[in-house]
Amino acid sequence: MSETYPDDLRYNKEHDWARLSEDEATLGITWHAQDALGEVVHFEPPQVGSEISTGESYGEIESVKAVSDLISPLSGEILEVNGSVADAPELINAKPYESGWLVRIRMSDPTEIDALLDAKTYEAWVADQ
Amino acid sequence: MSFLSLTAADRQAMLDTIGVETFDELLSEIPAAVRMERPLDLEPALTESELMSHLAELASRNVDVNAELSFLGAGVYDHYVPAIVDAILERGELLTAYTPYQPEMSQGVLQAIFEYQTAICELTGLDVSNASGYDGHTVAADACFLAKNATGRSKVVVAETVDPQTREVIATFAPGFGLDVVEIPHRDGVTDPSVVEELAADAAAVIFQQPNFFGCLESAPDLAAAASSGGALAVARVDPLSLGVLEAPGVYGCDVAIGEGQAAGSSLSFGGPHYGFLAARDEFLRRMPGRIVGETVDVDGERAYVLALQTREQHIRREKATSNITTNQTLLALGGLVFLSWLGPDGLREIGEVSMALADHAKTLIDLPLAFEQPTFREFGVRCRRPAREIVSDARSLGVNPGYALGGDYPGMDDVLLIALTERRTVEDIERLADVLREVGA
Repeated sequence: MSETYPDDLRYNKEHDWARLSEDEATLGITWHAQDALGEVVHFEPPQVGSEISTGESYGEIESVKAVSDLISPLSGEILEVNGSVADAPELINAKPYESGWLVRIRMSDPTEIDALLDAKTYEAWVADQ
Repeated sequence: MSFLSLTAADRQAMLDTIGVETFDELLSEIPAAVRMERPLDLEPALTESELMSHLAELASRNVDVNAELSFLGAGVYDHYVPAIVDAILERGELLTAYTPYQPEMSQGVLQAIFEYQTAICELTGLDVSNASGYDGHTVAADACFLAKNATGRSKVVVAETVDPQTREVIATFAPGFGLDVVEIPHRDGVTDPSVVEELAADAAAVIFQQPNFFGCLESAPDLAAAASSGGALAVARVDPLSLGVLEAPGVYGCDVAIGEGQAAGSSLSFGGPHYGFLAARDEFLRRMPGRIVGETVDVDGERAYVLALQTREQHIRREKATSNITTNQTLLALGGLVFLSWLGPDGLREIGEVSMALADHAKTLIDLPLAFEQPTFREFGVRCRRPAREIVSDARSLGVNPGYALGGDYPGMDDVLLIALTERRTVEDIERLADVLREVGA
């Protein structure tokens, strides 16, 4: 797939996206992140039920080049971990915004959304790097 | 290395290769202010003949197992190292203690490491082995770190019957790992599984040793089950030489096996260097410390070896690396592989059985009470009528090193002498030991 940053998502500068739905959010990594990492070979998920915080690591993603922390764009409780990605991490490269999603959370502080970037701002920021 | 040439022509050839005229020119980048403008304060050089005499005199002060009849064990054991081990290790292609920095260029070394890993997996009954560790102590610290990351818990439980040096290394590393260490006192020479069960409930790992430092056999499957029931990783520190006779830790439910490889293929060398090993179940693959060699195929479909999972190593991921010891003991581990391959499963079992039978025979010949009424492998403790430290000293003056005095490591055990038997001792040797112990009034 080519470089895309869907308009309906919010982003942080650590290249994570959030898809919002009422008080829940689905998280993943952006096209740019998976492109920079290269072929993803492993996803180390957090435990369902654990609490994650904005700006802190909630898991790890390993590519053939590096192991990177996943930096959460939002705070909340882990409701679900994408099991298909654990079995087939290449989904993160193939479909980073759809079947390559990583976790679903219940937000503990929805006002944090305001600090996230919209697609245009994120894309401009990536282009600047 | 018996001779190194260093003539003026050799020096000039090196300078020419570097592209400088003189040695001083090579040093010209170093500011004059920090240079020492005088010769080192050393005694005048000896001639080769004088040097050899000096070294021979120093070496003659060493006492090794050829100079006295030795029953010393306590972690390092006098098993025979077949000549083929050194014959292979001395080959130039393999004579390095290190995994190469361009590893895939050195397919032979990588293949040797891969085969070593295979041998360790077979011995321990576990799925993955790393390329070896420094020694049987640092691998214990590595296992603690692995367990902390795997469980998210920050307490490790260590049996008091684990090698004292291993416990010391764990205690040294623990604060840096953010780990608390809890030790379990022994009960009549072994570890009580019900105590393990209590402590395992909030522990990352339970580490025990089989056979333990006293030579006794722990009820290892019960200890592993007790650890697992509390959600802690069961870590067995095992002696490779015992695994021809005793069950493999992977078979009785351990998550991780670690150990000192010395007994399998390393000479005593006054206590080191030796090699450590670490193996684990598949689910801990990504938390394994150190290097792992994997087998794959190259672009032509030919079998090829690579260093795998390097993204977790220190040089790529410094603060979150799986270990801060990413080196290993390739040369000595390779010696272990040669030893194990040369003996095979039957040979290993035979050495274990002979050592065990000799130890049982020694128990009957030596006229002293056993320190612990437990089954043992090749080492056992006896109680002396006076401090074992004195017995060792007196017996050695008669040419027999009777073993290891436990009192230095275990307060209150001053009277306990640990006696180790290997296939290198004979029934006559044991008779002499029994005589000398009587003579010195043990």
